[in-house]
Amino acid sequence: MASTEEIRSGLADIVNEVAGIPADDVQLDKSFTDDLDVDSLSMVEVVVAAEEQFGVKIPDDEVKNLKTVGDAVAFIENASAA
Amino acid sequence: MILKRVVVTGLGATSPVGGDVPSTWAALLAGISGVRRLTEDWADDLPARIAGRVAVEPTEVIERVKARRLDRSAQFALVAALEAWGDSGLAEEAPDAERVGVAIASGIGGVTTLLSNYDNLLEKGPRRVSPLAVPMLMPNSPAAHVGLTVGAKAGVHTPVSACASGNEAIAHGIDMIRLGRADVVVVGGTEAAIHPLPMAAFANMMALSRRNEEPERASRPWDRDRDGFVLGEGAAALVIESADHARARGARVYAEVAGAGITADSHDIAQPEPEGRGATRAMQRALREADLAAADIVHINAHATSTPQGDVAECLAITQALGGETDHVVVTSTKSMTGHLLGAAGALESVATVLALQNRVAPPTINLETPDAELTLDVATEQRKLPDGDIAALNNSFGFGGHNVAIAFRSA
Repeated sequence: MASTEEIRSGLADIVNEVAGIPADDVQLDKSFTDDLDVDSLSMVEVVVAAEEQFGVKIPDDEVKNLKTVGDAVAFIENASAA
Repeated sequence: MILKRVVVTGLGATSPVGGDVPSTWAALLAGISGVRRLTEDWADDLPARIAGRVAVEPTEVIERVKARRLDRSAQFALVAALEAWGDSGLAEEAPDAERVGVAIASGIGGVTTLLSNYDNLLEKGPRRVSPLAVPMLMPNSPAAHVGLTVGAKAGVHTPVSACASGNEAIAHGIDMIRLGRADVVVVGGTEAAIHPLPMAAFANMMALSRRNEEPERASRPWDRDRDGFVLGEGAAALVIESADHARARGARVYAEVAGAGITADSHDIAQPEPEGRGATRAMQRALREADLAAADIVHINAHATSTPQGDVAECLAITQALGGETDHVVVTSTKSMTGHLLGAAGALESVATVLALQNRVAPPTINLETPDAELTLDVATEQRKLPDGDIAALNNSFGFGGHNVAIAFRSA
């Protein structure tokens, strides 16, 4: 199973690919919308790419709760553990 | 009625022969073909395996994150429009946004986005359809992105009339200025349809050249051995504005875009009307709107796509429209070099027509080795000097559906 840092780093690459944010800026305490300027459509792309990369399902209802990178990493960790 | 004068103050293009206007124009004058054998695996099974890909990939110009949110047709449009906008000087002048409009046409729209998302849907399920698919594939997407980029608030439009679309966009822009709806309009066309589905469809219509072993010789308008058009891709844009607006800001004027003629054949969905009557009327209307006589026309950039029927019907139409006065007219088909850019063709060829008037030189038609017996016009097979003084030219575009649009330009 991937470590927290591995998940953060993988997510950072996805955010970089989708939204052009430097991967180093994608840290656990950062808000997708307020800090990283990831808009709602880009967030959908990030979520779908993360699902594929980490082999998890992130329901649409859950996406609105993933405010920070840390929220997303924790969700993916829990979903992978389940 | 005295119509407001409209002038061309900026040009932009990305085409199979060049990534911008200077390189495209130089290649056209030099008679260089942009048609190549397609190297993609999917092309192997197609009857026509040649096309005119853009000379410079748009992703070399547009930054990666922006490019991935744009259909290829919108990428082309943006490259061409940014060049034209910069060329006009308006990029630095911040004109009144509410007086700036856009009319960027497309014949087919975001077909590669549509089909690649359909592939995702079938192979990976609905979750994998991009949330951006609709704003990317809609035909107005290129116009909308150009509008966002230049800050246009007067109105953003996307005329769709197959291969006449680019010229129809120019006609629409002229109308916007003459009706007082805008002072400046970015007009043009874009097309990105080099994909197996449209290529198979065109080939099955027997519309495409199958000269697969000689790509550069495949597009040969009016040649006896022509066997169809070659699909091209790219975009072109022109900044047009009221002559008063251009004068007030001291803009450089390439030419006057003096009038447009739009007609419909009402004959067949795909075949040109064999007597060329609709095309004749389009040219006549453009001349009338431009207040030009047949004797004023020294150059015509023909639609001539290298199809057996279309090229000779246009030849007849040109002769009819000018009342037989064609001796002084140098005709050319730049499609012999670029291939047929469908909804971008009229725009790219208008850029060529404007530059021909400005530089007093008509680009050649390449591959015209054995003229069709029905070719009665003076077609340039190498660069041809155009006269000094006040001269005028026509650019023709005709499309499936029986759309005919002629644009008349006058030297500045």
